[in-house]
Amino acid sequence: MRPVYMVAGGVSKFAKARPTVTFQQMVAEAFDAALAQVPALTPEQIDGSVASYFSDHFQRQLMAGIMVQDYLGLCPKPSKRVEGGGATGGLCFQTAWEAVASGRMEVCVAYGFETMSRVNTWKGNEFIALASDVSFDFPLGGFYTGYYAMMVVRHMHEFGTTVEQLARVSVKNHRNACHNPYAQKRLRLTIEDVRAAPMVAYPLTLLDVCVMSDGAAACILASEEMAAKLTDAPVRITGVGTGTDTMRMADRPHGEVLLLPHESPADYKGLKYPGVHSFRAGRTAAIQAYKMAGVTNPPRELDFVELHDAYTSSEIQTYEDLGLCRYGEGGSFVESGKADLGGLVPVNPSGGLLACGHPVGATGLMQAVFAFWQLQGRIGTHFGDSTLQVPKARRGLIHSHAGTGTYITVTIMEAV
Amino acid sequence: MVDPQPASEQSPERRHPPRLEETEEGAVLFNVPFPSDLSQLKGMSPIIAKWPYQINYIHSYGQDSPFFAGLANKKLLGTRCSRCGTAYGTPRLRCMGCGGECDWFELPRRGRVHTWTTCYFSGEAYLDETPFHLILVEWENVATLFLSRLVGCESADISIGMQVEARFRRNSKFNVADVYFVRAPKQT
Ligand SMILES: [Zn+2]
Repeated sequence: MRPVYMVAGGVSKFAKARPTVTFQQMVAEAFDAALAQVPALTPEQIDGSVASYFSDHFQRQLMAGIMVQDYLGLCPKPSKRVEGGGATGGLCFQTAWEAVASGRMEVCVAYGFETMSRVNTWKGNEFIALASDVSFDFPLGGFYTGYYAMMVVRHMHEFGTTVEQLARVSVKNHRNACHNPYAQKRLRLTIEDVRAAPMVAYPLTLLDVCVMSDGAAACILASEEMAAKLTDAPVRITGVGTGTDTMRMADRPHGEVLLLPHESPADYKGLKYPGVHSFRAGRTAAIQAYKMAGVTNPPRELDFVELHDAYTSSEIQTYEDLGLCRYGEGGSFVESGKADLGGLVPVNPSGGLLACGHPVGATGLMQAVFAFWQLQGRIGTHFGDSTLQVPKARRGLIHSHAGTGTYITVTIMEAV
Repeated sequence: MVDPQPASEQSPERRHPPRLEETEEGAVLFNVPFPSDLSQLKGMSPIIAKWPYQINYIHSYGQDSPFFAGLANKKLLGTRCSRCGTAYGTPRLRCMGCGGECDWFELPRRGRVHTWTTCYFSGEAYLDETPFHLILVEWENVATLFLSRLVGCESADISIGMQVEARFRRNSKFNVADVYFVRAPKQT
């Protein structure tokens, strides 16, 4: 495999509803924003694309990907759709990486979108819950927040995680978003505000849960030779990992913790793993990505992380899967400020899904764009405010997550 | 204008010009404003139409069908691998550990709460049923769990590890909600 670089990225502003445009035009906004960063790129130099969208129900359009492809003027170049629930964006990014790494393409565009405003919130929740087993899960409530609530209740039981620690994630991510003009929700909250919000599924309140959005994002990936021609600040993709787990949360058996290089079996004596409190797919993806990128001590060697915080609880669970702290220490990790801007490893400096929104097919690509700008040192240029720029950011991690931890991608990106 | 030809000499097309039938259904917008200057069209508000979307889907439970037949007969069925012996609390006919074929067995009516929540919202189809409790049920020597509803108690009464007992709907709907759990009555 040959080296692959990200050379440009763009995001449409995520909003609760964008009825003034179709999904094709939303992607065009993101694509045009990316193209503006690489003026030397000619249409002929683009070899193909990968499309990312989660739900045929939200778009109410089969083969929506090709409608974007033709709107962008990319026909008759090769393209395909990838799909894997909430991780669709992360999988799309990695598929574009594969196209360039394999030598099939010199330049590949990854674009993603979702139009979730076309149905009401509760019908939307039903659509999302169709991504749980329709025979054994869906008829019990059709509600993903309920599944995540059960996971965190078990996490609290195993490790003593508190609801205030969950709220701390919401406070942090909404606060970060105040400096991100692309974010959907920019709020200054207190822990009390989060706990006083309407309960959705115990212990998760409305402010522990991300919102539905309309939005799009696009990334342009290139070979070393093309990257050198296109930009003075390419970002190299140095690690790629993907994991899977059973569709049904009920099917997670108990075994041994999958260890990272800086952990030992003694750390986890007696811990039944993964159960429903941890994501084996996330740990699996992290192990692969760290190995490929040569990361042996993640909290020391990562400058920031953009992870899939669809719920405050899943952010805490994910700290542990990624080895930012040990299993069981996720609550104290956020409580002690280690995930804050300026902390040990800033997590979701952009505001994450909680504040930026979660137009599913765009989300994983949005993370890549924000990470790309961080590593270029150009957050100030794109956000018009450099508060969120992580100083001397050299290496970042993006994490995309589906279902109850069903598909998870981890990708490591580095400044060059 | 007066038609110069008498009606009797007109062609059928002229008497009944072909046109698509006008119907009463579906029209939602009348007198749509339209500028005479077409360059103004880019500033137009979007037209937003409501499209009803309903289907009847013929779902087959396939090889899992005996589970639902079991519920109709007040039996909660799991499966056990015929090769490695792993027992599954939610049935699967193929063992995820070794790939062996699994056989059906009846799970104990009593299990314990592995984890739980109370949902105050839900997917649209179940909003009328909120708030409701979800639990994952665990059994001794069974490798995986079972997702179900817990009824007849308050959130404050639920705890991890508490004993629960399966109950069955009298009128089976042939979905997984035909079984639910209650707090296990004290054994005498
Ligand atoms: Zn087996």
